Amino acid sequence: MQKRNLKMTQEFFKLLWDHRMGKMGLIILSLFLVITFVTPLVKNVDPKKSGNVEDVLVPPSTKFWLGTDDLGRDVLTQILYGARISLAVGCLAGLISITIGSLFGLFAGFYGGKIEELLMRIVEFFMMLPGLPLMIVLAAILGPSIWNTIFVVSLVNWPSTARVVRSQVLSIKKRPFVEASRCIGAGDIYLIFKLILPNVIPIIFAQAVLMITWSIYSEAVLSFLGLGDPTRVTWGTMLHFSFASGSMGEAPWWVISPIVGIVTLILGFTFFATAASDITKPGYREKRGL
Amino acid sequence: MEFKEFIGFASQKVIATIIVILAITSVNFVMFRMAPGDPVRMMFKDPRIGAEEMQLVREKFGLDKSMPVQFLTYIKELSKGNLGTSFWQRRPVTEVILDRLPNTLKLVLTALCIATIIGTLLGAMAGWKSGSRFDSTVMTLSLSAYSVPAFAMGMVLMLLFAYVFPVFPLGGIHTPASGFTGFALMKDTLWHLVLPATSLTFWFTGEYVLLTRNSMIDVLDQDYITTARVKGIGEKQVLYKHALRNALLPVVTATGIHIAFAIGGVIEAETVFSWPGLGRLTYEAVLKRDYPLLQGIFLFFSLSIVVINLIVDLTYRFIDPRIKLGDKDN
Repeated sequence: MQKRNLKMTQEFFKLLWDHRMGKMGLIILSLFLVITFVTPLVKNVDPKKSGNVEDVLVPPSTKFWLGTDDLGRDVLTQILYGARISLAVGCLAGLISITIGSLFGLFAGFYGGKIEELLMRIVEFFMMLPGLPLMIVLAAILGPSIWNTIFVVSLVNWPSTARVVRSQVLSIKKRPFVEASRCIGAGDIYLIFKLILPNVIPIIFAQAVLMITWSIYSEAVLSFLGLGDPTRVTWGTMLHFSFASGSMGEAPWWVISPIVGIVTLILGFTFFATAASDITKPGYREKRGL
Repeated sequence: MEFKEFIGFASQKVIATIIVILAITSVNFVMFRMAPGDPVRMMFKDPRIGAEEMQLVREKFGLDKSMPVQFLTYIKELSKGNLGTSFWQRRPVTEVILDRLPNTLKLVLTALCIATIIGTLLGAMAGWKSGSRFDSTVMTLSLSAYSVPAFAMGMVLMLLFAYVFPVFPLGGIHTPASGFTGFALMKDTLWHLVLPATSLTFWFTGEYVLLTRNSMIDVLDQDYITTARVKGIGEKQVLYKHALRNALLPVVTATGIHIAFAIGGVIEAETVFSWPGLGRLTYEAVLKRDYPLLQGIFLFFSLSIVVINLIVDLTYRFIDPRIKLGDKDN
């Protein structure tokens, strides 16, 4: 079983590498992963610590590769540390959304009838609410902290996953092997988690990458609007402070660096997600002549 | 379509919408009760105001009553169009929102019009030639345009065209104290509109391209397209008369969800360019911790989506002849 999983994973990454967008996504994301893990080893400094007076808003130089901000702090250090928070928040919020969404989708699709009706009504209700305003309202009420950001972001992003998973479950539950297991007395929980779940895993995986993308996006927007955790450096909060300080024209490096970071990371995840959902679509391998 | 049938369907939709509206108002009510701190303290930050005066205010606003009573009062006042009083501006929230609404509409409608035209055309062409070099280029570009946050795009545009090449103004809707009137004022507004509208247009266009392309590919798989081709009416005719028309239907139905997304972009773009609309108002309400205003804006946004959805649902039946009434999946 384990060997089979390993082989499938290998094959998945091979297909991904052959996909034009998949390749770009893989390269960008591995770059960010390296940055995240290597930074604390190489540059072990506190990115929040104020710098010297003479270093305020210094343009990029050999000492400060990306310049400094209004408190004389190195922008590069903040960018590198910000990558960790963005990734961490994105992944955690993405995982929570995918878990809630998948559970809703699995149960709604499997049971059908009244249960499905009720669950999907809840999903539709959440989809109808304007996402960003809801996040803003909740973040403003709950107060700025990184955990609140994660909570708010996952609460808003999960419904689309429920829809996608449900429609997949609907087609799988009609297959003969599910009927056969039911006939020999398999319980609902066994059927859902042991038989159906493994078959929706590819879809869930593709959806998970998408959820992470949205979560990173949402965190950046919330922090930019000043609703992020002020005790932590993220790209969104960097933009918030550079924008609020009004020194955009004077110190463009302070604005450009976080923007490049956010945009590249989101693009990396988007390309990865698109490629992953392409690959996991039934019939992809046949189309490519594999 | 039978008229009687339609009335039945419409009333069903309207009832469902009313239930959703009730649910939204309840969520809106409960959410803001979770807010920490005493609302009266937040309204009067001056510490010199004593406990007695605070009690008076509390009684005046009915905050001494129980939650269910407060909720009923809230619903009753809402139905009269009363959204409460803004802490910050000290005037009715409804008035504040209605003041800002025209500015948001100017921005959104401009961006939406341009994006719909460019987006659907590009998307249809990409879907028509799916698999070609043109298709993959358009796909990559629109995916990128769609995933770049509107505020990031706005800041880049601002840096380029307001700071480095000062062609367009930094923000706002008018040149302050210019004294423009009539045509000059309109020109001035348009000048201010260019950058925020561009950053939104990028975002919307990306989404429309992706939607139209996918729906075009689905349509081209249908039998009636093959039939039309077999009849030998020419590829152009097939594209415009048969494929494009049908491919646009799902784009229309997605309007409700699209608006829900669009509001997010509007908040980002308006905040960056200090465009005095509802998006910027949301940001200001957050900064001032003006909960009644924030609550009012949220309700306004949610209700607009619900109402637009209802309108789309009702009119869609007339556009698409394939839909049968009572068909649950649609």
